[in-house]
Amino acid sequence: MTTWNEYVEKGGALPEWPYPILYEKENEIVSDVLILGGGVAGCHAAISAAREGAKVVLAERGMAKRSGSGGAGVDHWHGACTNPCSKVTPEEYTRAVMDCAHGYSNGIARYITCKEGWDTLLECEEMGVQIRDVKDEFKGADFRDEETKLMFAYDYKNRHVLRVWGYNIKPCLYNEMKQLGVGIFNRVVVTSLLTEGGKQGARVVGATGVNTRTGEFYVFKSKAIIVSTGGAGRLFTFAPEITAASSMSDMNSAGVGQAVGWNAGAEFVLMEQTGPGRLTGFGYTPYSMGNASNTYHGTPIVDANGKEVPWFDVEGRELKTVQERFLPSPGQNFQLGIGIGLHYYLDQYRLNNLAQDLPERVRKGEFTLPLYADLSRLPELERRVIFGMMVGNEGKTRIPIYDTFTKAGFNPDKDMLQAPVMLPEAYQNSNFWGGTPIPHLRSLAGGGFLVDWDLRTSLEGLYAAGGVPIFGGGCHGEAHTSGRYAARKAAAYARTTAEPAVDRQQVEAEKARVYAPVNQNKNGVGWKELNYAITRVMQDYCGKYKNEGTLNLGLRLLNELKENEAASTYASNPHELGRTLECFSLITVGEMVMQASLARKCSSIYLDLYRLDYPQMDPPDWRKLLPIRLEDNKVKVRELPLDFHLKPPYAPAYEENYKLHCGH
Amino acid sequence: MSDKVYMTPNPPTPNKGVKFNPTICNGCNLCVEVCPTDVMMPNPERKKPPIVLYPEECWFCAGCVEECPKAGAITMVHPLSQNISVNWKRKDTGEYFRLGMKNPPPPNTRPPSGGE
Repeated sequence: MTTWNEYVEKGGALPEWPYPILYEKENEIVSDVLILGGGVAGCHAAISAAREGAKVVLAERGMAKRSGSGGAGVDHWHGACTNPCSKVTPEEYTRAVMDCAHGYSNGIARYITCKEGWDTLLECEEMGVQIRDVKDEFKGADFRDEETKLMFAYDYKNRHVLRVWGYNIKPCLYNEMKQLGVGIFNRVVVTSLLTEGGKQGARVVGATGVNTRTGEFYVFKSKAIIVSTGGAGRLFTFAPEITAASSMSDMNSAGVGQAVGWNAGAEFVLMEQTGPGRLTGFGYTPYSMGNASNTYHGTPIVDANGKEVPWFDVEGRELKTVQERFLPSPGQNFQLGIGIGLHYYLDQYRLNNLAQDLPERVRKGEFTLPLYADLSRLPELERRVIFGMMVGNEGKTRIPIYDTFTKAGFNPDKDMLQAPVMLPEAYQNSNFWGGTPIPHLRSLAGGGFLVDWDLRTSLEGLYAAGGVPIFGGGCHGEAHTSGRYAARKAAAYARTTAEPAVDRQQVEAEKARVYAPVNQNKNGVGWKELNYAITRVMQDYCGKYKNEGTLNLGLRLLNELKENEAASTYASNPHELGRTLECFSLITVGEMVMQASLARKCSSIYLDLYRLDYPQMDPPDWRKLLPIRLEDNKVKVRELPLDFHLKPPYAPAYEENYKLHCGH
Repeated sequence: MSDKVYMTPNPPTPNKGVKFNPTICNGCNLCVEVCPTDVMMPNPERKKPPIVLYPEECWFCAGCVEECPKAGAITMVHPLSQNISVNWKRKDTGEYFRLGMKNPPPPNTRPPSGGE
């Protein structure tokens, strides 16, 4: 008897809600630095701010010990350019990323990550995360440095990506926060930012939230605020019943940070950038199928008859040995890995890969389906590091894959793991478990708060950290590192600023909005039906191809939802209330994406944006950022050069800006 | 077959997400405390396994399993539509296996790298 259905059918009675119901009860929480979102960015920010002597409060939607995209673990750490074995400088790495993105990424966050990522990882090591092969399990491997016992991924020559045993990284951060006395408020959905005088665009002085177990209300007052919330995974796609609540972002990913920032008047950029929604859960359990990408990079793929698919370097040379798969080609300086928020790679930095014409070769019968990942063809240490070290420490692999598979008898020494049987074109991407791409499904791909060299947003008192809130965001390591940096800046600001004053009218208006769903007559829809409707509007009116008319119709429909169905959505308990409030945020984020798409009157291959009414691709006049924000609830757009971070008032060089701002 | 029949909604999809073994689980609710999405709720009866209320909200992070002090009390149960695809072939014998098969091969007891 472990499911609700079983319980009800056995006892014939409904179980009562197990937590006290405390709707409208108000708690005031005061801090120097308030952190919204307790993923790896928020937790590392909390630790950093507490070490600066600030009184720190963290509001987390789930439970900070395990929640967030990085909460389930991590197996490799990108951009560790200052580790003693790295042959890539922070400047080289940042320029490589910015060149690949054709300027549409975040040079500030990337440089900070490269500059401090290794120090941040050393902090994680002190907290109990294993980052070296201390047991000499991989002694003598090509990917290991004998002196430091560090291990490298992707590019064994240049050594800027480290393999880490990060299955317990979140509990380690959590324990450290507790030791430092951080005030942790779990199960809180953030609903708004509070501003001075309740005015849009004014200094941010706090936030409001609701507990999703008890329904009680929080007024957080703080001198400085860091937003480090997650993505908006439920915006374009929502089908938790069949997607296992999505592959790469859990149900709590509802764009709450972006929505509250937008309503407070903060500036955003690149919200118009979306990408194909490959890892939304419509494929297969993450890392569960034969494939050769990311964690499985370098894995031999064979066909049904045991014929191996060849690997090629970026210059089209077939790589005959396993060793060569992990080395740059003669013409390359170094290879960037994947999973760093880049949607486009210049050959100069691209990884070696399976034959790029594999779909064609499958169609012609050269390779017979099904394909298999044959790890047994790898040298023992390569096999063990992929299935054993990386699968075993990456998010959602230790128990879901390693433990489950080995208990079921899978043995990488003698078994071949089957790849999914898909349309031939789906084998173009060597991450086979993502499944066949579904053309009309999109996901957000780089939009976020515009930040300066302090990682401050356009609003006084409000900072941003993490791969999602900061525009042009990257990877797990960047989340930690930007959190650590933003917290230093937020704590310094808090030391110099006056006690914040919260506007009572703003709080009262927010309380009325927040509790409307529990005061409904239940004639309206529930949150799930609302969520499905939001995704339909986004899929149809803000898909890959757009024009002014469809975008304006989409905005109209989102507004219709807001004024009608969302206004009468009911919630039966605090859990449903939390999900309903998240749907309200999703509508706001949808509006942001449509407004940003309207503002960019061109198409762009780099932003994966196709304006049917402006088909010209990347015209020079439009090579710029278009910050958007609300002023008096009207959308304002301005222009900003792609390299604004290296132009006045900033210095022309990365290193100089870093030294001026880093706070050391 | 004397059990009463009730009007209930269809079983949710996926049915479970996580499965409890009531003979091992002591109802400590540590899993309930760490689940990021409140998939399960404490059982009204003390010392009984939690009740899986929102299985469709499970994103299979397995934090509950890692937190559990009683080995074997909680098992991840991925959606059948995903597990049915997890197949492997033994190279030397040509045998086919799948996750969830009736007579699985003996377990591979090698632990992952890292951890205790």
